Amino acid sequence: MTGQLLRGGTPPLPVIAFLCAFIALFRPLGANIAYGAAEPLFALAMVGLAFGAYAMMRFGDRAAIVAGLVASHFAGAVVIAELPEVGSHPFGAFWSGLVAAWLLAWATVGRIAAVRTRNPTWSRIIGIAIPALFGIWILILWEALVRGLGVPSVLLPAPSAIGAKLVSEVPTLAADFRQTFLKAVLIGWVLGCGSGFLVALLVDRVPFLRRGLLPIGNFVSALPIVGVAPIMVMWFGFDWPSKAAVVVIMTFFPMLVNTVAGLEAAGRMERDLMRTYAADHRQELLKLRLPAAMPFIFNALKINSTLALIGAIVAEFFGTPIVGMGFRISTEVGRMAIDMVWAEIAVAALAGSLFYGAVAFVERVVTFWHPSVRR
Amino acid sequence: MTTEAVAAPAKILPDSGFSAWLRLRFLPVAVIVLAIIVFWYVMVAVLNAPFQRQLFATAGQDYGTTDLIVATMDQERPVLPSPHQVVAEIWKTTVETPVTSKRSLVYHGWVTLSSTLVGFVLGTLLGVGLAVLIVHSRTLDKSLMPWVISSQTIPILAIAPMIIVVLNAVGITGLLPKAFISTYLSFFPVTVGVVTGLRSPEIIHLDLMRTYSATPSQVFWKLRLPAAIPFLFTSMKVAIAASLVGAIVGELPTGAVAGLGARLLAGSYYGQTVQIWSALVAAALMAAVLIMIVEAADRRVRARMGVRA
Amino acid sequence: MAKVIPLETRSMTEARPTSRTSVIDISKLSLTFETTDGPVHALKDIDLAIGKGDFVSFIGPSGCGKTTLLRVIADLERQTAGSITVNGTTPEMARLNRAYGYVFQAPALYPWRTIARNVALPLEIMGLPKSEQDTRVRRNMELVNLQGFEKKFPWQLSGGMQQRASIARALAVEPDLLLMDEPFGALDEIVRDHLNEQLLKLWAKTEKTVVFVTHSIPEAVYLSTKIVVMSPRPGRIHDIVESNLPRGPRPLDIRETPEFLKIAHRVREGLRAGHSYDD
Repeated sequence: MTGQLLRGGTPPLPVIAFLCAFIALFRPLGANIAYGAAEPLFALAMVGLAFGAYAMMRFGDRAAIVAGLVASHFAGAVVIAELPEVGSHPFGAFWSGLVAAWLLAWATVGRIAAVRTRNPTWSRIIGIAIPALFGIWILILWEALVRGLGVPSVLLPAPSAIGAKLVSEVPTLAADFRQTFLKAVLIGWVLGCGSGFLVALLVDRVPFLRRGLLPIGNFVSALPIVGVAPIMVMWFGFDWPSKAAVVVIMTFFPMLVNTVAGLEAAGRMERDLMRTYAADHRQELLKLRLPAAMPFIFNALKINSTLALIGAIVAEFFGTPIVGMGFRISTEVGRMAIDMVWAEIAVAALAGSLFYGAVAFVERVVTFWHPSVRR
Repeated sequence: MTTEAVAAPAKILPDSGFSAWLRLRFLPVAVIVLAIIVFWYVMVAVLNAPFQRQLFATAGQDYGTTDLIVATMDQERPVLPSPHQVVAEIWKTTVETPVTSKRSLVYHGWVTLSSTLVGFVLGTLLGVGLAVLIVHSRTLDKSLMPWVISSQTIPILAIAPMIIVVLNAVGITGLLPKAFISTYLSFFPVTVGVVTGLRSPEIIHLDLMRTYSATPSQVFWKLRLPAAIPFLFTSMKVAIAASLVGAIVGELPTGAVAGLGARLLAGSYYGQTVQIWSALVAAALMAAVLIMIVEAADRRVRARMGVRA
Repeated sequence: MAKVIPLETRSMTEARPTSRTSVIDISKLSLTFETTDGPVHALKDIDLAIGKGDFVSFIGPSGCGKTTLLRVIADLERQTAGSITVNGTTPEMARLNRAYGYVFQAPALYPWRTIARNVALPLEIMGLPKSEQDTRVRRNMELVNLQGFEKKFPWQLSGGMQQRASIARALAVEPDLLLMDEPFGALDEIVRDHLNEQLLKLWAKTEKTVVFVTHSIPEAVYLSTKIVVMSPRPGRIHDIVESNLPRGPRPLDIRETPEFLKIAHRVREGLRAGHSYDD
């Protein structure tokens, strides 16, 4: 079944890689280059690939992985470096070499994924290395395809072009980051989560409110709340407070619902225990129900970290002063400066991941006792 | 301290049956909804009063408090429209306007709904397919899955305008670009949910299949897939809500042509608050109905699979 | 169990069984749950007196109301008819006075607290000064042989050790009354035998009154001075068996003696007559 076909590291991949590398040596590389072997560096890379493919089939895990990693990435780098040499229309050897490098990399990743190690450090390194290699190869293929096929940059800019923008437009990107992230997102997130939490504590004390608000909160959490953005812009003006307001509304309900659910999460026996101690409401809350609710509260904080960024960026589509990530994206799209848009998206993605990662880190420290965290 | 032990009277109300449903489920929600509507009206009076005072003053008209409050309920472009204004607007633009008209909310709703549904179906198929691949390939699991998970932390909606404009530039317009955004938003939850679901069978159940020396495809169809169904429906509920958000946001960059998102944007250009609110309420109703449909399908499938709700 | 320092240097004669003051008095007590299928009689017409220093077991099949009866004593449930006194007051007053320690079926330790902080939990709630808390935690953890595990978290301990920690937590309140709801039900028999033996030694040392719910006949007979046999539908007391086995620590071997088997037989007969073995 699918399982057999997809398992990386089975012989066909290196064999095909070997053949592709071989072909690449003897086919024209570009309009001015009669065959791959004429470019010394390219020739070296292809021989390396052939050797790597051989290693993949014949050597043990360690040697095969090292050979595969070195050969495929060297070849990948060389193929990218050849792009200016071969001009705008690379020939068969270029693509053959690219495919060979990619297949060898894939085979190597498959080999790494199959390694079973008991050493926690190694398994952690492997756990990071595999997705990292995957990401690197997405970038290599993206770069080679976009530039090799001559895709116009208004459609899809090459990663190198986006990287150049990231470097050259630092002041603009930083200003946008300050406006959108440090003001709208963070302030809105803190206010929204804080108010959701406080209302949840209130709701928890009044069963009637809980029964009434919980279904409504669940319902509202699923609604397209970003739609309130135009209203918030009318009420709070163009600057960041209107975006923060959208973020507050978006983050309030997930926090409310999760906290209320979390406060219910303490087991019956644990509550009976507090009752046998004749604990008052405050003691029960502080010593039992809030700690037990922490996994739920952090779940909401994590969901909200993503929602907050989305809310702030989308709200800026409805009107902003001339700064901000959403503003930049919509105006640069209008000017067809797609590389700048990608740079802004890269910043947003990085900010979003770091924000989420920071919340997740605090979660691991606070809920160290939870089965999903403890080791 | 008393030495007399008192038998505490215990009045116990039943917690199931229709009267209990009324008391424990319906009544609290109804009261809260009512409270929200009352609060809304109060806010209408408070927020619209300053402008109304101005209006009265320029007209040189004398007014009492009652006149002021009544007038705030029916302004042309209120800061906050009153609920009955929104209802009237929805009524006017759905029932009293022909469906083919550009002013019809049904027309705009349909535009949004169609791209939501197309995106949702594509996203679910893509998500399930990807999940099946990930579960069966260790390499894909280790390399792709971390990206799928971390992509949830990225503000995906930010790329919506770019997708729309770029696809327009290559000649793909209309429903498909918006549907792609919806697809993009809805496949993540489905992938993650279905991967979890396909992995949810316990070791003991997998061992049982091993004792039968079942083939991988038999294990998949007879054990993994049925186990994944509840997870699939849970993620489909998230996915359809995300899909609607994607469709609405996807309508923003094309310059307010058609759809609920376009109504929001047009309303905000021209200060038509009543129009914004009615589009918002329509979107909320649509989300509610869509989620209810998925829930109903979920219940039916569960009932057929013999899982008690 | 290792050498144990007595909790209080109370004179041994004072608390002899001769002074049979009642700690718990129950008369005509019933508890009925309303459900959609009509009322369920969880307890019906219970009459029972538990004397000071007694070790009383409630035994019966599931659904006979033994746990419910214990929960009524602890004021975790309210009766619908009849009366009950605990230490001469209502169960509620007894609870507010922290008159008893309660041990549940599961350890119910809070996973975010270390073992020592778990044992200190009731003391924090009672608002005892920190130094007093520390003394009591140390004393009671020694009592259940858990010294050295203060800084561990519950999930790092075996099931038997967790349950011992929960007993230490109940003892930390230093009540005269200990209510135990199938505390060893989830443990394997070897651990269970060991903890039974320890519990009996503890009881002999501390002179507490113990009410113990179980569904194991050997456990009930081995531990108790008095065995309350209950039967289901409606939950009621079928028989009360006074044990003539020696009070105080009993060796595990006692379970092979004719006296022991005779009591066990009577308990089993009671369960059978109370239709406990019906399907």
